[in-house]
Amino acid sequence: MKSNPAIEVQAVSKYYDEVLAVDALSFRIGCGSICALLGGNGAGKTTVLSMLLGLLLPSAGRLSILGTNMCRHRYRVLDRINFSSPYVDLPQRLTVRENLLVYGRLYGIKDLKQRLAVLAGQLDINGFMDRAYGSLSAGQKTRVALAKSLLNRPEVLLLDEPTASLDPDTAASIRQFLRDYQQDSGATLLMATHNMLEVERLCDDVIMLRSGQVVDRGSPDSLLQRYGRTTLEDVFIDVARDTGRVGNAVAD
Amino acid sequence: MRSLQRMYAMVLRYVYLLRHSWPRILELFYWPAVQLMLWGFISKFFETNSTWVAQASGVLMAAVLLWDVLFRAHLGVSLAFFEEMYSRNLGHLFVSPLRVSELVGALLGISLMRTLIGIGGAALLAIPLYDFSIFGLGLPLIGFFANLLVMGWAIGLLVSGLVLRFGLGAESFAWVSIFALAPISGIYYPIAVLPEWLQHIAWFLPSSHVFEGMRALMFEHDFRGDLMWQAAALNMLYIMLGAGAFLLAFNSARQRGLLLRVGE
Repeated sequence: MKSNPAIEVQAVSKYYDEVLAVDALSFRIGCGSICALLGGNGAGKTTVLSMLLGLLLPSAGRLSILGTNMCRHRYRVLDRINFSSPYVDLPQRLTVRENLLVYGRLYGIKDLKQRLAVLAGQLDINGFMDRAYGSLSAGQKTRVALAKSLLNRPEVLLLDEPTASLDPDTAASIRQFLRDYQQDSGATLLMATHNMLEVERLCDDVIMLRSGQVVDRGSPDSLLQRYGRTTLEDVFIDVARDTGRVGNAVAD
Repeated sequence: MRSLQRMYAMVLRYVYLLRHSWPRILELFYWPAVQLMLWGFISKFFETNSTWVAQASGVLMAAVLLWDVLFRAHLGVSLAFFEEMYSRNLGHLFVSPLRVSELVGALLGISLMRTLIGIGGAALLAIPLYDFSIFGLGLPLIGFFANLLVMGWAIGLLVSGLVLRFGLGAESFAWVSIFALAPISGIYYPIAVLPEWLQHIAWFLPSSHVFEGMRALMFEHDFRGDLMWQAAALNMLYIMLGAGAFLLAFNSARQRGLLLRVGE
């Protein structure tokens, strides 16, 4: 782990009224890695992403991105990070081009039209740039949301289920695109996902969450080895069901 | 400069929305025009049947146009904000460098634009239809307009904050709030008509001062600067309260995680 992490979470807890969603969570993610937050429903993945983005305030603890405290000084760093999620929409009536122009201006992109042309080519969205965002298929929307999230060439990119509702072919090309982007830019990617294939093929680091706590962490290969499993799906089930292999794995 | 660019981006987003939605464009002109026509005919009738209206022809049309300034200014803020909630776009907006103060600035800009278009159209329509020009009020019109605009903004920000905090199920506040103020604003009648206890409440509204000032100008040809300053002072207080309520709602939404799951 490099000395200056891109993302740092220190003893973060989050209560929704009386319900504890994240429990004294701590982890660091080094610059330039592709890390997955893996966990079942209610494990706290989206809550962690929301807190990292500053959309949600923690009940306790500290979160920082690129050395900036996201609770107190998020505006210092928001133009260097970005976010994509299939569960957060863009304005439906605006065309894809208009949406990207608006967000390009919000991020203060200087060569905006040129940037749009490059992204449209890379993400293959040229064919529907002038169609209303609301009229697109789920897969097309995902690609547009990804284009929006790359407008500012983010140094840290947070992704919530980046290939949800995509067919296998499109999902594979998106994964390749993300890997290429990371390699070209040296950016740090953190993604919350259920998709084990995605994690195996894309990520070099996996943080496994259960009930708002880190229960294990490692590269996909090291996790498979530790749990004595052949697929990450089996590892996921072991963690989600707390089969006892977790304790053994961590103890080992 | 960056800040202005971001506010411009939000205004541009709203212009794009209008461009793709003819019902929204129609709605900008429709209600002010219908209101004006209704009160224009009522005015025609009263000019020959009411000695009060006959003393200042056009007083009812001036009143309806100015009331619509308040109404449109309020809706301009709250509906523009609701659009972001309808489109479930707040998550993207608030992870961009857009600050809350810039969003508020953009909402006020959009409101000004909507109000000028809607009321401007109705005001121009009154000239050929009823031979009445609100611009005949002269420079005081700027004071009336500015005070009602700012009051509308304050209500719009308060309502937007409530909807952000309680969800779109609370959007009826947008209509409830403004219609609750209409009877005690003295739009079409002097504040003195109200019961005494209600008069005390009415004088806490900038709109009451504006409409009294309008009648003083139209009936007595007297510009009541005192009423304008009182309205402005109240507006300063209310706009700070409105902005404070919106900011409070935003912080509450950050505590409760509402920015990513806006809805009913």
